[in-house]
Amino acid sequence: MNPTWEGAARTACAVMALSAASAFAQDRSAVQEIERYRQALGDGNPAELWEARGEGLWKKAAGPKNASLERCDLGLGPGVVKGAYAQLPRYFADVDKVMDLESRLVHCRVTLQGISPEEARKSPFGGPGRKTDNDALVAFITAESRGIKMNVPMSHPKEVEAFEVGRKIFFHRGGPYDFACSTCHAVDNVRIRLQDLPNLTKQADAQKAYTAWPAYRVSQGEVRTFQWRLEDCFRQQRFPHLDFTSEASVALTMFLARNANGAPFNAPSIKR
Amino acid sequence: MKIKLIALSATALLAAGCATTPSDDEYYAKAVSLMKAGFTDRGQAKVDRIDQDRLQKLCSSYESSPIPKDVAAQIEKEQLATIKYPADGKFLGDHKKGERIAQSGRGGQYNDDPKQPSGANCYACHQLTKEEVSYGTIGPSLYHFAKLRGYGPEIQKYAWNKVYNSHAFAACSSMPRFGHRGILTEEQIKDVVALLMDPNSPVNK
Ligand code: HEC
Ligand code: HEC
Repeated sequence: MNPTWEGAARTACAVMALSAASAFAQDRSAVQEIERYRQALGDGNPAELWEARGEGLWKKAAGPKNASLERCDLGLGPGVVKGAYAQLPRYFADVDKVMDLESRLVHCRVTLQGISPEEARKSPFGGPGRKTDNDALVAFITAESRGIKMNVPMSHPKEVEAFEVGRKIFFHRGGPYDFACSTCHAVDNVRIRLQDLPNLTKQADAQKAYTAWPAYRVSQGEVRTFQWRLEDCFRQQRFPHLDFTSEASVALTMFLARNANGAPFNAPSIKR
Repeated sequence: MKIKLIALSATALLAAGCATTPSDDEYYAKAVSLMKAGFTDRGQAKVDRIDQDRLQKLCSSYESSPIPKDVAAQIEKEQLATIKYPADGKFLGDHKKGERIAQSGRGGQYNDDPKQPSGANCYACHQLTKEEVSYGTIGPSLYHFAKLRGYGPEIQKYAWNKVYNSHAFAACSSMPRFGHRGILTEEQIKDVVALLMDPNSPVNK
């Protein structure tokens, strides 16, 4: 953990804002800017601040039951964090449901710590001057799968169902613009303005995209989780507000995560 | 009616092979019910946006595979019939205003003010001018659109049609139906068509 990174991040934002006017004069200059920023930090990433805070939250007794989350079963047994994220989403027999990391965390905070479901789902994403437990816990837990190959199971019928339903959601065109995820993410090598769009129906692109989330967003100074990524793309898709940890969001995540199987997980990463 | 039958029989064939696993239609029904339960109205974006019109449903059902020729022809015929033409018969407005509309990505999102006019964000998907290098590539380059095809009334009408309802010429296109879905007003479409068609527009320089 290195507290100077937040300062470094702010400097990089300023650099990027200054260069924004001329950025487009040269294709890809924003991408190059991030590369330079990354090199300046060495292998560091401000997300490590979130990871450290998340580890503290995981171990700290909290809630009406004054319990820590250390007995939380993320799929590999109570308390096992190492490698758990690389096998999520998955079926959990105790709730008879498929869950992604963020819905499982809600479940654990409710059952182990006695927090109400409404409280556990409230304002999950950080903003200016506001840090959230969800962002920190997700950063900590995902980091514990770094370097481990994605291995999302498809053995239980409910896992198969979530994947197939997720695929339907991915291709579901709707709203005033007729958009679906597939409008922007089912073709090779295209971009919106200058932002490259991964073809999430192809293994290589899905692997590269999925294993890079959560990410520290330089432009926002926040760690953004996968639930956040989905919600923000649905907004651009002109869809209504995606409810945090809804079954629809979990099914869609199942489709995308499973398509990434076989690649080593490599996040929290750092992005524009 | 005809297209509906074709779509149904395709899924029926898929389902017939495996009686024990849920059919494609069942996954679709489940996806719709989960989406209806998993989204909340916000701003102008209400949960009824999950409901699909006939075109959206049919196009979604083909996922990434090509649309069969007869289905495509039927869709194009139906979508062409939705197009309305300007009352004064003039297709061209102000290309400078058209450029601003092509640049703006606002409109339709829950965080956009519905009282403000929408943009069209043509640049998100198309190259249009030499000056703007921040353009996307989901659609083809439109640089020199009229210079290459001609400035005549037929091409003007084609440009109008395409912006009004892209599916009239390319079934299941990724391009929004700016006129048919009321994203742009008649005047705005004229401005955008002028951006493509006016000899003085930077598109044709
Ligand atoms: C209108 C266009 C559009 C639609 C529709 C859209 N996205 Fe995106 N998506 C983008 C853009 C642009 C980015 C890159 C954003 C950035 O870098 O800030 C992106 C990024 C992503 C990423 C991260 C890729 C990476 O390598 O970091 C994922 C995953 C993703 N989208 C999934 C989805 C899913 C799932 C849906 C449907 C719910 C969807 N998107 C709908 C435009 C879209
Ligand atoms: C979300 C992506 C997207 C947006 C936004 C978009 N288009 Fe398109 N456009 C496409 C795609 C994909 C095609 C190719 C398929 C087709 O013809 O529909 C296309 C095709 C076209 C064509 C036909 C080109 C030809 O060679 O015949 C024209 C003209 C056109 N677009 C104009 C526009 C204009 C003007 C705007 C803004 C008002 C716009 N488009 C916005 C995706 C888009």
